[in-house]
Amino acid sequence: MKNPKPLKLRRSKISYAKWGYIFVAPFFLVYIVFSLVPQFLTIYNSFFENYRDGLQQIGPNFVGLENYKTLFTPTSDGEILVLKYALNTLILWILGAVPQFVIALLLAIFFTSYRLNIKGQGFFKTVIYMPNLIMAAAFSMLFFTLFSRVGPIQALLTSWGVIDQSFDFFSFKITFPLLLPIFAYCLITALIGGIQMFDVPQVLTKGNGVPNGTTRTMVMYLNNYLTNKDYGMGGAISVIIFIITAVLSGIVYKMLTKQYKDPARKRRERKGNVL
Amino acid sequence: MRRSLSDNTKGRIKLIFLRIIVYTILVFLCILCLFFFYLMIINATRSNAQLATGFTLLPKEHFIDNLVNAWNDSSINIPRGMLNSLIIALSSSVLTTYFSALTAYGIHVYDFKGKKLIFAFIIAIMMIPSQVSALGFVQMMNKLHLTNNYIPLIVPSIAAPVVVFYMKQYMESVLPLEIIDSARVDGSNEFLTFNKIVLPIMKPAIAVQMIFSFVASWNNYFVPALIIDKAEMKTVPIMIAQLRSADYSKFDMGKVYMFILLAILPVMIVYIILSKSIIKGVTAGSVKG
Repeated sequence: MKNPKPLKLRRSKISYAKWGYIFVAPFFLVYIVFSLVPQFLTIYNSFFENYRDGLQQIGPNFVGLENYKTLFTPTSDGEILVLKYALNTLILWILGAVPQFVIALLLAIFFTSYRLNIKGQGFFKTVIYMPNLIMAAAFSMLFFTLFSRVGPIQALLTSWGVIDQSFDFFSFKITFPLLLPIFAYCLITALIGGIQMFDVPQVLTKGNGVPNGTTRTMVMYLNNYLTNKDYGMGGAISVIIFIITAVLSGIVYKMLTKQYKDPARKRRERKGNVL
Repeated sequence: MRRSLSDNTKGRIKLIFLRIIVYTILVFLCILCLFFFYLMIINATRSNAQLATGFTLLPKEHFIDNLVNAWNDSSINIPRGMLNSLIIALSSSVLTTYFSALTAYGIHVYDFKGKKLIFAFIIAIMMIPSQVSALGFVQMMNKLHLTNNYIPLIVPSIAAPVVVFYMKQYMESVLPLEIIDSARVDGSNEFLTFNKIVLPIMKPAIAVQMIFSFVASWNNYFVPALIIDKAEMKTVPIMIAQLRSADYSKFDMGKVYMFILLAILPVMIVYIILSKSIIKGVTAGSVKG
């Protein structure tokens, strides 16, 4: 007996394919107009000088890579600003992400360990997730107020002790290597998020990155240019941010696709048994 | 499996010991998370004079005073800001969830040329930070005279790659193609099938994504700050940032705490009411079939 036709072919007597296009159309239309075109505009802008000098509008004049050169030129103090801000972003990110990872990993272990059988997980998860919801601007404002001269922290001069716990789960030695791919993925995704750090430092330091520009992140730098309508330099820094992110995203993507190839599948692939 | 009695007891004691440590850490984290909320609420109940005297853990009686002052403040119109934020966030989240479900449905159910490419494209753009398009976006809106207008803040939410991805994953586990086929046999056209049959099935995913996109939109500071500068159109985050730039010494600190409290309250309420379904929903899309 002949092999019966696969289900797909039998169904496609009437082709519904065009509906596929119709359904995804709104997404792509909006994306192209509001995201893709602006992205190209940004890159395009980076090759022009385009800003206001007092009341005069300078440009747009084509200057090629001039803006990029300016970005990497040291100031009178001899520091290259964009590198300084990139470093700031990195430092802020490390200070934030590392504890985040440690705690997240710890919590994951706590909540999934059968031996421990922690009760009230719902409550804990709810409460611990709450800070995530806070508007970054409000959060920074809150911190500023609490830590200010007239705030309660000055009055409360104690420091939170560091709790030093060492766990000796024998199973941890086995689970940790398995976690590594996901760990690396989270790491890089957090890195991408960290590069976009804006709300908190901006509000906390009123856009100035005091003291001495040490808390100005790269996106704050971008925002400065945007508010001054300096489209040329703004474009250049945007492109740099984008390149960094693209490289990191490429790495994440590679890791994502690697994850799905477990050893059994690899063996079958080599034997040619995979569908 | 036979174990000697002492081994068993030792094991159990170790377990209880570990449990105590773990619970301690968990409680500690909870306190950490809640502490600043608590401080903020307490301080919102004190007057400016009381706040200057220092630090206390107990609430005082000025909650209503601060509330009235903050609500009626002349330079920062919080009620208006909250209304603006609400309009934007609500429209944004509805559009995002509906169109993402639509797009995911299109990719899930229909087989058309370039389908794989389109899906890969959607995944790829998930990783592009929004700041890259920000400059061009602002420029474009300025040229189109769409500044101080909510359209550039609401319409782009139709294209949300992360949500599409989530919806697609969810559909893979709950939406077998047979349902669509039987709907077709019953004479329903494609749009009807989507709206009347598929959407109700997608309710959990839609609910979760609506909450997430509402929160994201409500808390969004970067783009609205670039588009809006007319006072009566400002959203809550912009106003809070304004607070920071204002002259500090002249400020009624009780009012400031109240402002902050008001800014985050709506989201907190929504979250506390719906937290169970959020936690369930986050994992809902990841279980395959």
